[in-house]
Amino acid sequence: MLITALKTPDEIRASAGAKTVIISCEGCKEVHFPEAEALALYQELKDSGNALKVIRTEYVCSPENLTVQTKKHLDLIESADTLVVFSCGVGVQSVSEKFAKKPVFAGCDTIPLPGYQGVTPLEVDCDQCGECYLNSTGGICPIASCSKSLVNGQCGGCKDGKCEVDKEMDCAWERIYKRLEKLELLENMKYPAKLRNFAP
Amino acid sequence: MRISELFAKGEFVLTAEVGPPKGFNLDHLLHEAEEFLQDIHAINVTDCQSSVMRLSSLATCKALKDKGLNSIYQLTCRDRNRIALQSDLLAAAYFGIDNMLALTGDHTVMGDTKQAKPVFDLDSVSLLHCVKTLESGFDIAGNELDGDPPKFTKGAVVSPCSDSVDVQLAKMERKVEAGAEYFQTQAVYDSEKFIRFMEKAKQFKIPVQLGVIIPKNAGMANFMNNNIAGVSIPAWVIEELKADKEKTKAGITGVEIVAKIIKECREHCQGVHIMALGWESKVPALLEQSGLK
Repeated sequence: MLITALKTPDEIRASAGAKTVIISCEGCKEVHFPEAEALALYQELKDSGNALKVIRTEYVCSPENLTVQTKKHLDLIESADTLVVFSCGVGVQSVSEKFAKKPVFAGCDTIPLPGYQGVTPLEVDCDQCGECYLNSTGGICPIASCSKSLVNGQCGGCKDGKCEVDKEMDCAWERIYKRLEKLELLENMKYPAKLRNFAP
Repeated sequence: MRISELFAKGEFVLTAEVGPPKGFNLDHLLHEAEEFLQDIHAINVTDCQSSVMRLSSLATCKALKDKGLNSIYQLTCRDRNRIALQSDLLAAAYFGIDNMLALTGDHTVMGDTKQAKPVFDLDSVSLLHCVKTLESGFDIAGNELDGDPPKFTKGAVVSPCSDSVDVQLAKMERKVEAGAEYFQTQAVYDSEKFIRFMEKAKQFKIPVQLGVIIPKNAGMANFMNNNIAGVSIPAWVIEELKADKEKTKAGITGVEIVAKIIKECREHCQGVHIMALGWESKVPALLEQSGLK
């Protein structure tokens, strides 16, 4: 699941230039996107004369698809002084890379960015940390599912199976332990101390 | 002095915790430590406990040392990456501080600076591994240290009364593997639970100090029950705190309760760790009533 939220109307108005093209990505059906509010904002920008065009499209995260989807609007985009993109963070980056000469602004905040942020969103969380721990943790990702992204087991902040940071959130390591216990694979947790690699 | 030497001699090791102030005047802390903690083997100094910004644990350990008091340098992974943690450990070694306690640390959102970046580059297990690596003469990147390597008695924590006690034991094992030489526990109010925990924990053959907090009143007990992970306070404790409010206010009831728990658990552990939370003045009475002085 990708979850995006609109930035405040003031922020969006401030980023929209005199001649703005809005790219609204509506590709991922699973995306939680405040569509009605976004449409009202597009209309407002159009009415004020700032929005040249609203391109409602999909999967701008995919550079190939973005090329196809924007092909017929290239002249318009060329004439715009600003692009405002309503999509997840990956979509915004794809647009800014493709139209490198244009100021590109994000109309949304991507709250978590779990799952594969592309044309095949999955329901599992993944932070794309580059060193998958799933083989040791019963298929539950400690990076994405633990508030502290701990890779060596549970901290002292678990109460009634919930995380100290968010009482609605299950403790990832509690889930991992239970899953491994059920699979009779608790030995998997006994790996030497792991240190994450944050090198780019 | 390294407290591992005391455990090795079979001593029942007494430690107590102090929290540095939010400022740089240590007069009160040092006075209380000198006045009330003289019979304690080593004084833990918390590291921005509960994610509240305070004077550093390292500076406070040094100040205690200058007063001739032995300290335990608590180090959390919340605020520093592995470069800073190693650098501070070398600083501790330079100051002659030779006991440390590794913690992952509370999340930043639990404290008074919620906007801060939670670091957690390392965690308690990888920090212990890191200390052990420094002790071998190399830093965590594999580079050789100049001169003698540091040497610490490496401590860790565990929650015997956690509702996730098996998960805690699994983590405890990881800490032992990573180099932990002693454990201090989260506050215990249920002796039976602690004794059951110790039955399982003794397989690791590592000294465990019973953790205690002197309860100040029933409200505090209820708060801890509802909000503090790993703490579970039975009804009898709360009833006793409610029974005579004046006695409770004077700290007498709290001391009696904790002394009873210490006596019940004493033969099952290798020491006691007192988290006085501002009630350092009650420590001498507690030691006396527990038969530890």
